[in-house]
Amino acid sequence: MTDLTHSTVAELKKLLTAKEVSAKEVAQAYLDKIEKTSSLNAFLDVRPEVTLKEAEEADKKIRSGEASPLTGIPIAHKDIFVTLKWASTAASKMLENYMSPFDATVVERLQNAGFVCLGKTNCDEFAMGSTTANSAYGKTYNPWDANAVPGGSSGGSASCVAARIAPAATATDTGGSIRQPAAFCGVTGIKPTYGRPSRWGMIAFASSLDTAGIIAQSAEDCAIVLSEMIGFDKRDSTSIELPPEDLTVGLNAGVKGLRIGVPRAWIDKAEPGLRDAIYKALSVYESLGAVLVDIKLDKANLGVPVYYIIAPAEASSNLGRFDGVRYGHRAKDYNDLLDMIKKSRDEGFGPEPKRRILIGTYVLSHGYYDAYYIKAQQVRRLIAQEFDAIFKNECDVIAAPVSTDAAFRFDAKADPLSLYLSDLYTVPGSLAGLPGLSLPCGMSEGKLPYGLQLIAPKCEEGRLLGTAHAYQQATDWHKLVPAGY
Amino acid sequence: MSLTINDVRRISDLARIDLSDANAEKLMVELNDILSMVEQIQSIDTTGVEPMPHPFGGAQRLREDEVTEHNRREENMQNAPDVMDGLFLVPKVIE
Repeated sequence: MTDLTHSTVAELKKLLTAKEVSAKEVAQAYLDKIEKTSSLNAFLDVRPEVTLKEAEEADKKIRSGEASPLTGIPIAHKDIFVTLKWASTAASKMLENYMSPFDATVVERLQNAGFVCLGKTNCDEFAMGSTTANSAYGKTYNPWDANAVPGGSSGGSASCVAARIAPAATATDTGGSIRQPAAFCGVTGIKPTYGRPSRWGMIAFASSLDTAGIIAQSAEDCAIVLSEMIGFDKRDSTSIELPPEDLTVGLNAGVKGLRIGVPRAWIDKAEPGLRDAIYKALSVYESLGAVLVDIKLDKANLGVPVYYIIAPAEASSNLGRFDGVRYGHRAKDYNDLLDMIKKSRDEGFGPEPKRRILIGTYVLSHGYYDAYYIKAQQVRRLIAQEFDAIFKNECDVIAAPVSTDAAFRFDAKADPLSLYLSDLYTVPGSLAGLPGLSLPCGMSEGKLPYGLQLIAPKCEEGRLLGTAHAYQQATDWHKLVPAGY
Repeated sequence: MSLTINDVRRISDLARIDLSDANAEKLMVELNDILSMVEQIQSIDTTGVEPMPHPFGGAQRLREDEVTEHNRREENMQNAPDVMDGLFLVPKVIE
């Protein structure tokens, strides 16, 4: 038998259903590989005995005929989702050893669907960043090149899928945190429509933007897993009231006649190798029957400044709960209650959450609220309206870069501002709440993956996944595995 | 307009984060870089544009006023740094 860990979710499903392998064998294969590849630092908490127990229970169900179609397939969870059986830290010292009294809705749904949890993946602290170097527990490495960032904030999830040490991993995306690491690690990642998966049990960063999603080897795998994640949840006050949807149904719809919007000004700004890879991918789509339509994104160019007002504002409010009283880090030496809170927050938060809390506090403070926060919310509406009009009148899907280049080196972008500016292609869709997907579309000269971003109208995840699947049926970029894994 | 070191101290005080002198200097530079970048939205005409606090607008859904969670006091307090008899302990506030 070939290496089990190179199987897709769809293949594991077949193997398990046909009883060719047991869930325990599958789980053990991944646990062994996680141990062997521990230098990647993709995982923050692995508890083999807990995973194996879940796998044994899955095998029992398979034997007794009570299994669902996905019973026994392993999955890893980003350490932003709280879990009962694994520590939930948000990669922050603030939540070191934190054990949640409940499972996040997404975790619970995947467990009910039969998935076996492999552990928790590393990320930027509180999902703030685009390198995973902001983790309080050390950076995660990109399996394609140890000097290159895996992207972030879901760098652990992208890295472990790329290295084939998990067939799929949950992730979260506030301004690009699924799409950018998926692109940098050569895997497929989807951020669904805001509000489709529940935010219940996701450690909050920016509540009007935070969206759960999935990273896997292919659009087909993403469709299989995401179908189990989405759906109305009364515990999330912004959950969209739509019934569950089987997103695999439209996978083979093809792209004949599909109008793909092409923002040339965006694509031409990318590094030449990436630019050419994207145009090549677009010509593949044309050969499959899609129609390319030139579009102009204008207001979307304001995405970064709008995002870096709104996201920090919401973060400063959300992270106000960490006071060293009810949970989280408490300083050892202090004079009084206020001093205890201030010292606990200084010691518990790393530099990036602190920067964002301070920016957020400033833009929400008396005298600046209207000029920054309200103004940003107004421009946010202009960006959303621009997307609405384009999807109404010009195209069905937008194709764009994910980032301006392939993965950069850990030492390449030292100042926070240059990292913020590199979010230019992912934040506009986030602000509008739209679903976005990233898929591999080539390799750079330096042998790092290139990513293509697809954006669809609200609640059109099926169209997004079908469009990506059509490309992956015609090309093999998503099948490349980094050497040694 | 850019932030002074005193502004940075005032903001970190509002945010309840202790700040060392060295860190305050560094943060002042970084925050000013970020603020001058976000400043570009000021030139956009937003007359009459309704602010968008949430992607799909509308009022937040309210739930029925009924008990949905059981009392799980011990589990909910298991991560607290200091507790006694089911209460959170903090430094003395009232003399």
